[in-house]
Amino acid sequence: MTRALLALVGRDLKLATRIGGGFSLGIVFYLALVAILPFAVGPDLNLLSRIGPAVLWLGALLSTLIGLDRLFQADEEDGSLDLMRMSGVPLEAIVAAKGMAHWLASGLPLAVAAPLFGLMLGVEPLALLGTAGSLVPGTIALTFTGAIGAALTVSLRRGGMLLSILVVPLMVPILIFGAATAEASRPGALNFTLPFLALTALALAAVVAGSVVGAAALRARP
Amino acid sequence: MRLIVSELACERGGRVLFSGMGFAVAKGEAAMLTGPNGAGKTSLLSILAGLLKPLSGAARLEDARGEESDLSEEAHLVGHRDGVKSQLLVSENLQFCQKLLGSPWLSPREALATLGLEHVLGLPCAYLSSGQRRRVALARLLVSRRPLWLLDEPTAALDLASRALLTKLMADHLASGGLIVAASHEPLGIATQEIRIGEG
Repeated sequence: MTRALLALVGRDLKLATRIGGGFSLGIVFYLALVAILPFAVGPDLNLLSRIGPAVLWLGALLSTLIGLDRLFQADEEDGSLDLMRMSGVPLEAIVAAKGMAHWLASGLPLAVAAPLFGLMLGVEPLALLGTAGSLVPGTIALTFTGAIGAALTVSLRRGGMLLSILVVPLMVPILIFGAATAEASRPGALNFTLPFLALTALALAAVVAGSVVGAAALRARP
Repeated sequence: MRLIVSELACERGGRVLFSGMGFAVAKGEAAMLTGPNGAGKTSLLSILAGLLKPLSGAARLEDARGEESDLSEEAHLVGHRDGVKSQLLVSENLQFCQKLLGSPWLSPREALATLGLEHVLGLPCAYLSSGQRRRVALARLLVSRRPLWLLDEPTAALDLASRALLTKLMADHLASGGLIVAASHEPLGIATQEIRIGEG
């Protein structure tokens, strides 16, 4: 079973980095969002540096939504999902492995790129680090919450819009704790550990809920 | 090993496609599903693959001692949605199938050679013709060993030489004690019991 799951993660990572994969899509969107923000807000460095962590978090959330609709749909369309269901591996584990691969290919790069993009907004070094740190569990939570929506809309063509409506409300608590964690990493803030632990707990809960609910939704599809 | 289907009924989109379906396929035997388009051949194969829940009745696979085994773990399904990823190389596709499905048998290279397709091993599947793609999907039957083959129009898009290869493959599988259930509009070249679905 481990062998099958590792093969699945490897295959999904390969697919994500090949032509037509979703590897660069989210990160380019993220860059575009952060790069054009100062033009809208104006060249007020103090303001930018104050709202920087929140903007980085908002951008990461929106970038996660891009490409989520293809998480299961691509495999559903060409029959690969049937193949996976016949592998004897529990569907929950398959959903978890696919979610993990999706996170590695498109969630983790967002967290890694965040400090770089944060420089463009003039965020302080310590807050940059805190934002990136909070985005690691944060993007896991966002990806697996999104996996629920991706599984529910698997048989809908152009289901991205419905998916966003379904999962954005679920992502609000993650955004609240995430932005709070990033905010708490600012110099002079009180406590970084507490919101960070709450966010990590959310991520773990999302992994479990996303796998179980996602698998149930995939089983129930017509 | 024996496949037993009893009192099976299937509903798709609020319409009952068939009901009271019953047949048995023993070790070394093949069954051919025939019937008009939309009669429920593919749905029946999905049920046999454990992917679709029947409205009523059951399909089960019993081994020699009468113990039941999980259909989805003992069956191969090759259908229209072939499960071949265009972005991956042919070899990558088959290696993945082998690891995913378990019980490895032939290597991807040997499996392709059996189907006369060894030269495409290093090509992305996007470059293949539909007949070649179908043969890559059929090569899955050989990279991992499973007793029950469920084939949905396996001859579609295949040329005459490939059909002959497929016939030989199926005959070998039956000779080694395998089971085949195939939906097809054309004769497959092996001895089969015919199961008609729908009035037609």
